Amino acid sequence: MELLSGGDMLVRALQDEGVDLIFGYPGGSALHIYDAIFRQKGIKHLLVRHEQGATHSADGYARATGKTGVVLVTSGPGATNAITGIATAYMDSIPMVVISGQVPSDKIGEDAFQETDMVGCSRPIVKHSFLVKKAEDIPEVVKKAFYIASTGRPGPVVIDIPKDVTNPVDRYPYKFPEKLRMRSYTPAGKGHTGQIRKAVALLLSAKRPVIYAGGGVVQGDGSELLTELAQRLNYPVTNTLMGLGAYPGTDKRFLGMLGMHGTFEANTAMHHADVILAVGARFDDRVTNTPNKFCPGAKVIHIDVDPASISKTITADVPIVGTVQSVLNEMLEMLKASTDMPDQSAIVDWWRQIDDWRERHGLYTAPRYRTNGDMIMPQEVISAVHEITRGDAYVTSDVGQHQMFAAQYYRFDKPRRWINSGGLGTMGFGLPAALGVKAAYPDAEVVCVTGEGSIQMCIQELSTATQYNLPVKILCLNNQALGMVKQWQEMQYEGRLSNSVYEESLPDFIKLAEAYGHLGMKIEHRDELHGKLAEAFAIKDRTVFIDVYVDPTEHVYPMQVMPNGSMRDMWLSKTERT
Amino acid sequence: MRRIISVLMENEPGALSRVVGLFSQRGYNIESLTVAPTEDATLSRLTLTTIGDDHKIEQITKNLNKLIDVVKLVDLTEGSHIERELLLVKVRATGAQRDEVKRSVDIFRGQIVDVTSNMYTVQVSGTSEKLDAFLQALGEHTIMEVVRSGVSGIARGEKILSV
Repeated sequence: MELLSGGDMLVRALQDEGVDLIFGYPGGSALHIYDAIFRQKGIKHLLVRHEQGATHSADGYARATGKTGVVLVTSGPGATNAITGIATAYMDSIPMVVISGQVPSDKIGEDAFQETDMVGCSRPIVKHSFLVKKAEDIPEVVKKAFYIASTGRPGPVVIDIPKDVTNPVDRYPYKFPEKLRMRSYTPAGKGHTGQIRKAVALLLSAKRPVIYAGGGVVQGDGSELLTELAQRLNYPVTNTLMGLGAYPGTDKRFLGMLGMHGTFEANTAMHHADVILAVGARFDDRVTNTPNKFCPGAKVIHIDVDPASISKTITADVPIVGTVQSVLNEMLEMLKASTDMPDQSAIVDWWRQIDDWRERHGLYTAPRYRTNGDMIMPQEVISAVHEITRGDAYVTSDVGQHQMFAAQYYRFDKPRRWINSGGLGTMGFGLPAALGVKAAYPDAEVVCVTGEGSIQMCIQELSTATQYNLPVKILCLNNQALGMVKQWQEMQYEGRLSNSVYEESLPDFIKLAEAYGHLGMKIEHRDELHGKLAEAFAIKDRTVFIDVYVDPTEHVYPMQVMPNGSMRDMWLSKTERT
Repeated sequence: MRRIISVLMENEPGALSRVVGLFSQRGYNIESLTVAPTEDATLSRLTLTTIGDDHKIEQITKNLNKLIDVVKLVDLTEGSHIERELLLVKVRATGAQRDEVKRSVDIFRGQIVDVTSNMYTVQVSGTSEKLDAFLQALGEHTIMEVVRSGVSGIARGEKILSV
């Protein structure tokens, strides 16, 4: 049997696991591993500029490809800098393996240089973690880490490796386990057939059904099945922020996103529904608004791979634990075999009602925002980019108003195209995530929709884009303030803008982009928006920073009334309430 | 309602901290916690008591089950079960008190396991309720120090929790 050092074993095990790309940053405790990376060819390593960037890039890569993202960092600050990105992946159930160097075993607990208890620090935000004690354990730990990260409800797994374990001098026999058996971990597979039968019967009896699909449908590759189900039944579909693209956004059965900034028709239809089919969604507080006012007349069918998500905030009438794919498949088979049909006249009436809501306040039947002279409206920017990219781009986003505008107006037709930090709401996510997507798909159009606030949280990654030639579009909806904070301050704090403005301190983003070797473009006037955007998107071989000055007074609407509102209680504009 | 949850988990470093961390992270409370390896050295048995309504207990058991190190668990309070806790208490015992304390210990079927001229060290085992009752019977003024082991439990009859 081949003898390898711990560092070489780790790299070999990653290769055997099929890893071809790692995002990372070297440092003392990880140097043996980095040397092993230098001496091999199978895995490409991208050097980021901050460990948070590494985690977001790996996250973007994982969301776009469905594969597990891999991060390598050193101990201490390297590990703690990765924490925000790990938490981001945890909240959105993204498969990720984070390998952190650790101080040598005999130094652990001595407050050694660059020592932090990484397993302890990361414990509440990982699916699982390992502290490797012996080099011989590395292959099995790697195998387990990828298995845990990518199965069931996916999530990040940390492997913390003390430096002595990767020591190049000590060599051990290397064997990558072919099979894995873990008595303590058996992710859900097929759903309970009796429950699925009940769900189908309830669905068929519905008079005002809504299909509410979340990120689990995207992650679980269930979009095609979901689409087939919805079209077969002719039932309306709404997606969560994480689920956008799970159902074609431009299809007439799509009601748009639901929740805090969901469409009037989606939120109102949910409120009046008699049967809700929740698939891979977790009734997040940004969806339900006040839980005891949530959808008063609805029976809830809840399909999720994670039993702990079911009946957590909203009690499910028909809970089904299983993978989205297997459960939807079984549902479809039952529907096909069944002679029962939905109550057509009820469904026709329901659609008539929904179309009336759409007509009154829908986002897509007519523009719902007011234009303001020469000012560019942020919604128009997203619509223009949707048109120019023919709806086919990978869109990553940061967090704030621009994120909501992108979610509302870039009508995603395909899964894995919308890449944003939904659960944790991490500013700084967009740019490194975009680089991760671009690294996976070099020929794809990748757009990072951001704001002048968020972009500054990971702007150092512009340098990574230069080093590895990852040309992405950075679309900055520049409203010269922390827009969403400002919106809340204007709506709930009588306009006291506490620390949400920069007082003339914003950098010249064009010059900044140029300093990193990229192109910059400023768009300030409404009449030049389409032309300049088209020009920017025609450039395929350079990263372009498009700094679009948008109306700084604009708010995101609809916005659910909080606190104590129900699904249907919304602000539709600054003056209009449902 | 008070529940006794018994957990079989991998005897791995960090496993206990994951369980304890879960409780603080999700705002569940732990009344007592005991843990020790089982006859199979790769497994630990952890017993915890907690208080919550059915919804909370369901979430607790689901989230415990989600921990990778947890192999199996059972809510013992769902069925009939045996519950034991060990109490060690140092009691002031001088003069006439010595007989009085001895009588209370006998009534509760405890044992005096150490003696000084001023003090008894008493051991009592039983349900938490019984131990509470014993302490109450002693009266506050005589109690010098109390140690309780936390609850251990096992199902009655042929039901077993094993891999």
